[in-house]
Amino acid sequence: MNKRFSWFNATSLTLGFAFLYLPILILIIYSFNESKLVTVWAGFSTKWYGVLLHDQAYLDAVKITLKVAVVSSTVATILGTMAAWVLVRAGRFPGRTLFSGMIYAPLVVPDVITGLSLLLLFIAMGLDRGVGTIILAHTTFSMCYVSVVVSSRLVSFDMSLEEAALDLGCSPFDAFRSVTLPIIAPAVISGWLLSFTLSLDDLVISSFASGPSATTLPMKIFSQVRLGLNPEVNALSTIMIAIVTIGVVTSSVLTKRASVRRQRQEQAALAQG
Amino acid sequence: MNLRRLLLISVPYAWLLLLFLVPFGIVLKISLSDQALAIPPYTPTFDLAAGWQGFVDFLSKLDFENYSWLTQDDLYWKAYLSSLQIAALSTVLTLLVGYPIAYGMANAPTEWRPTLMMLVILPFWTSFLIRVYAWIGILGQNGYLNQLLLWTGVIDEPLVMLNTPFAVYIGIVYTYLPFMVLPIYATLEKLDHDLLEAAEDLGCSRFQAFWLVTVPLSKPGIIAGSFLVFIPAVGEFVIPSLLGGSRTLMIGKVLWDEFFSNRDWPTASAVAVLLLLILIVPIVLFQRHQQKMQELDA
Repeated sequence: MNKRFSWFNATSLTLGFAFLYLPILILIIYSFNESKLVTVWAGFSTKWYGVLLHDQAYLDAVKITLKVAVVSSTVATILGTMAAWVLVRAGRFPGRTLFSGMIYAPLVVPDVITGLSLLLLFIAMGLDRGVGTIILAHTTFSMCYVSVVVSSRLVSFDMSLEEAALDLGCSPFDAFRSVTLPIIAPAVISGWLLSFTLSLDDLVISSFASGPSATTLPMKIFSQVRLGLNPEVNALSTIMIAIVTIGVVTSSVLTKRASVRRQRQEQAALAQG
Repeated sequence: MNLRRLLLISVPYAWLLLLFLVPFGIVLKISLSDQALAIPPYTPTFDLAAGWQGFVDFLSKLDFENYSWLTQDDLYWKAYLSSLQIAALSTVLTLLVGYPIAYGMANAPTEWRPTLMMLVILPFWTSFLIRVYAWIGILGQNGYLNQLLLWTGVIDEPLVMLNTPFAVYIGIVYTYLPFMVLPIYATLEKLDHDLLEAAEDLGCSRFQAFWLVTVPLSKPGIIAGSFLVFIPAVGEFVIPSLLGGSRTLMIGKVLWDEFFSNRDWPTASAVAVLLLLILIVPIVLFQRHQQKMQELDA
């Protein structure tokens, strides 16, 4: 036990995590409430989950949201990895400062401004607004997050490994595929996951970029929640929280196992040598 | 080789130019136009067929009228000021809530730390909208907090908490807490405990040692965390529109209403340009700070 871990630390951690988790916990508990009045407990029931699963508007919104998230995060991962390579490896080229500015700016520009500017662009280009324009919008901000995550991994990557592959007769493409890509793969995967989550979560930019034909899940939730508490939204929130929790816990357990395995292999290799 | 390099540079470059820079140019242009009852609802529109003369005519019709309108109508500058004020105060509150958590994490036994980290990050992966929504049920007139306070007899009639600036502060502190905790934790974790022991050996009380050694050494984390909360909080839309009610004025909400309710594109664009100009100061300061920290690390 660390001697600096005092009662003060224990209290602040307890209070802090209570603040973080109690609201979510209450939300989950009351999703099993029988009553239509969300804040008045009237007995245990799973009826709102049934109502939710038969609500076509929600099911359509889920379908659109997943489609947007899968396509935009995949394209964003490809573009963002390219951009990371450009930032770290491409050396000097005309307009490099503008390029890195455009990578970092979307991370700090408020959503309302990004959304407004994209909408005005889509109108100027005469594009029909819908799923396609939401995908374009999400890809744009996600690729910036991906390139930041991937470039921080590329910076710490030992160039001589790729050079060795080139010396041994690999083509530049093969060297990238068989040496660089496996090493930066964890960053590329976390970039994809981050993009996917950001896309699932986005309300403001989607609202600007979309037309009457496409409503994403956050847009649907927002239009409901604006009118006040809603038991269906509680049920939906609980499902979403459960999925995310399972995903995050599983991936952290898997990463931990992988790192333990790697340590063992390294130790075994050292023992043999 | 060179063709490959050119392709790798030009594809993401072109994408960002078209979908990030050009849209800003359009916003800037429309902010200088006038509102009109037409499709699109502003004038002048740019007509390529009219050639150079058309372009000159087009330029001559642009003006700063919308911006002078922003300075004349109370609503706008009040909204800017109140956004800055709400963001600044919430940043201080987030720091006060977040620092003890980061401090507790850094002093926790090493084997707990990955789990504590995950517990701080986990809410960040769950939907932002849902985390804000959770507070509607807590703070409402018949909400859980009022029920608890009435039941324990602390109050006799329900408090008005939802649809006030107070609810907005809570919403911001709650949703942005991980952004404050993580950078502070990162600096505290690296802290050399021998320094604290030295301070105590030299006669400092534990609190003095904390105030004179720990706090100054965690300053980079405090600064980074504060920027990470302040910058997005200024332009926040979801929190004021769900928790703030009509009495809480924030510029992100004004922009949204100007565009979606009033359909006044030129004013909405001018609001956006001005908001960006205001945010450039903290953004540049933040980037300088990050660069300095990277150089120190290297």
